[in-house]
Parts: sequence; structure tokens; C-alpha cells
Amino acid sequence: MNGIHDMGGMQDMGPVREEKNEPVFHHPWEGRVFAITRSMSAWRKWNLDALRHQRELIPPAEYLRMSYYEIWLKGMLELAIKFGLVTQAELDSGKPAAGSAKLHPALTADKIPGLVAHGTPASRDVAVTPRFRSGQRVRARNINPVGHTRLPRYARGKPGMVERDHGVFVFPDTDAHFLGEKPQHVYTVRFSARDLWGEQANARDTVCIAMWDDYLELE
Amino acid sequence: MKSTRRDFLATAATAAGAAAAGELSAHAQEHEHSHGHSHQVVPSDLALRVKSLESLLVEKGLVDRAALDALIDTYEHKIGPRNGARVVAKAWNDSAYKMRLLTDSDKAIAELGYGGQQGEHMVVVENTPAVHNMVVCTLCSCYPWPVLGLPPVWYKSAPYRSRSVIDPRGVLREFGLELPEDVEVRVWDSTAELRYLVLPERPSGTERLSEDELAALVTRDAMIGVAKVPPRKEGGAA
Repeated sequence: MNGIHDMGGMQDMGPVREEKNEPVFHHPWEGRVFAITRSMSAWRKWNLDALRHQRELIPPAEYLRMSYYEIWLKGMLELAIKFGLVTQAELDSGKPAAGSAKLHPALTADKIPGLVAHGTPASRDVAVTPRFRSGQRVRARNINPVGHTRLPRYARGKPGMVERDHGVFVFPDTDAHFLGEKPQHVYTVRFSARDLWGEQANARDTVCIAMWDDYLELE
Repeated sequence: MKSTRRDFLATAATAAGAAAAGELSAHAQEHEHSHGHSHQVVPSDLALRVKSLESLLVEKGLVDRAALDALIDTYEHKIGPRNGARVVAKAWNDSAYKMRLLTDSDKAIAELGYGGQQGEHMVVVENTPAVHNMVVCTLCSCYPWPVLGLPPVWYKSAPYRSRSVIDPRGVLREFGLELPEDVEVRVWDSTAELRYLVLPERPSGTERLSEDELAALVTRDAMIGVAKVPPRKEGGAA
């Protein structure tokens, strides 16, 4: 989806401002939203790609106005409602619906060290033939899917070179919509800044983008 | 200061938040005074909303309060850029380790006991006199949690996400880093589940330092690639 989240190359967002001695969370509620989001994902009703897409669906003006963890909160709640973990009425009243059963949390404190230490690998140990090899000239496809994609707009249609094959990974464009993992190779593709941005870019500068097989064609 | 669309939005949000809550939070005011700009200010009722949400989810048995506390404690106190600094210091001190780190980053990082959530597939990229690497996630906020902790606000902000790929030298200048024209700036856009750690150049004057002393010099910003590790001053701490 050509949404506001796909920001690479915009120029009107102002300067980057670093905060000295920044805390991990600026308010206690931010930490709670971070942890609640992780805990709710543990029910495995959705995956990380679907969660990212849900955040991308926030209308542009709201997306720009909201702070980071507000975006997390909204994305998570919309999925929780969609998958029936909570209802809007429960959120409004703050009380469980009458007669609803109490569950046992999917993520309990004893599981945190394991979750943190092992994560959720997106690589898949399946034999898939790579369509490209290191050193090959390729072009990012000019596609404009209305769903989730991790092919940034600024790279579409641009030529680059495959630098490294990282192996087989879940494909976000289908995974985000629960259409299967469609595992395929992910490559580092290096683009010249001049190919991306024209003469104003430094001739030496480059941008490396991780690209799935389905994002590429031979140059 | 030049007014931007972003500033306008932040101001509008501030005004809306203040109107809704009746006042700005003490934190927001202090924040504004401490470094002369405001982040988006959130209506203070958001804190209440989240509190009520947590109670509801605990009551329904969807989340475990102790698990929330443990997650927050992990990322506030246990996992942060000191982990990455240890990786960098070891690579500076041990060329065989550095080779392993650049070729099989996951395994080499795991040798120090780090890895896992949001760092399952690590790629370490080395800065040299000819190449300066810098990392961004233009599409969201991907960042190598096990070695750097959770990302700072600026990394997740629209200015950094949008401009790093089109004007990396301008962004680096805002961090106080001016690079010569003949150095390649290589930007890594974290579009997949690969997570990047920059191995900064080892500064001069550090030849006799122990690994612990080296680790103390390494900054988070240098491992994102928006800074260098400064040369060590003669006879004193860096």
C-alpha cells in the first residue's frame, strides 16, 4: 500500500532531533503498551506482518500526529477486536462481557526469558531455489500492491546489484493477509544513490535494501 | 527556527492535548524547557486508558501482569547498547572474532550470550576509511534489540526515516558528522527481518586498552552509524 508509513525519500519532515539521555520509555504507559502488545501477539491470532500492516492502515494525518506507542496501541487493539479477543463494548466499559470465561494468559512471566532469548525467527528451513545470485544485475519490480509490502516506493523500478543471498524467509506480502508464508530467498541488493535520486546524490553513495525474490526481475 | 509541517502538527496535537486534559503534563513542560522543542504531547487520559485496558485484559486472562513487568524490566534494565558495545570491543581486540562476526553474525553475537527477539537474523557491517555504514528502517522502526535495546525516538521519527535514504550526509551533519566526499555512505534500509549492527572504526590512541575499556568508548549512535567513536584523548578518559 502506498501509505504514509513508506516515508523513504520525503523531504518535508524537518530536522532529526536527538534527545540526550533519553529514557527507554518516556511515560509508564508506553512500557505497558509495549508489553501488552507482545503479550497479545502470544495468542498467535496474528503475525508480525499483519500487525505492521494494521499500523500502516491508520489514516495519514492520524499516523503523523500519533506518538509511536499510540500507533502500537491502536494497531494491536484493532486486531484484538477483529479476532475476537476483546470487544469494543468491553473496551468502552473496561469490564469483561457478562458470562465470559476467564482464560489463562498465553504469555506468562516464566516464558519471558525464553521469548526474549530465542525470538521468533522468520527464516524457514525449506529448500527453495533462489531466482538470483550474488553479483547479478537486477531491477526492483514496479508494483503497487494495495496490501502490505516491504518493497519501498523509492526503490521500485530501480536497477541494483545482488550482493548477498541470506536464505529463505517468510514473505510479508502474503503473510500479513494470512495467505500463507510463501517462503522465498531474501537478498541484499545494493542501489547506487544516483540511480535512486539522480545527479544530486553523491556518486559514491549507495543504499542496501533487503529484497525478496518476488520483488526482483533481471535487469 | 524554521517552522515545518511536522512542528505545526506537533503544536496542533499539543494544543488539542492541553485542551482535552486541561493542562500539559509536568513531564511535557519540563521536557520542552530542557531542550527547546516539544515531542508530540499525548493527552494525559491516554495513561488512564492504558491502565483501564490492562485491568480489563488481566481480568479476562489475556495478559499476565507479572509478564508485563518482566518484559518492561528486561528492556529497561537488562538489554541495551552495552551489549552491542561488548560485541564491538571484542571484534576490535580479536581479529578471528571479527572475521566470525562479519561472516556469521548470529553465531558470533551468540558467543557473548546475546540474540533473540528482533535480532534473530543479524548482519554486522564494518566501517572503514572508505565506507561509512548507517542503518534506518524507512517503513517502520526495525532495530536490533538484543544488541542495542529498544530504538530511541529519533530513529523512529519521520525526519530520520524519510531523509536518511535521500540525504544521508545531511542527516549525519545534524548529528555533527561531516564525511569527506570520497567516502562512500552506505545506507541499510531494514525492510526485511535482517537486523544491522555497524562495527565502527576503532579510534586511534586505544591500542593499550582492555576490552572493558574499549567497550566503554562505544556509543549507541556509532553502532547505528550516525556517529564515529571519537579518538581517545591523550592521558584521559574519552
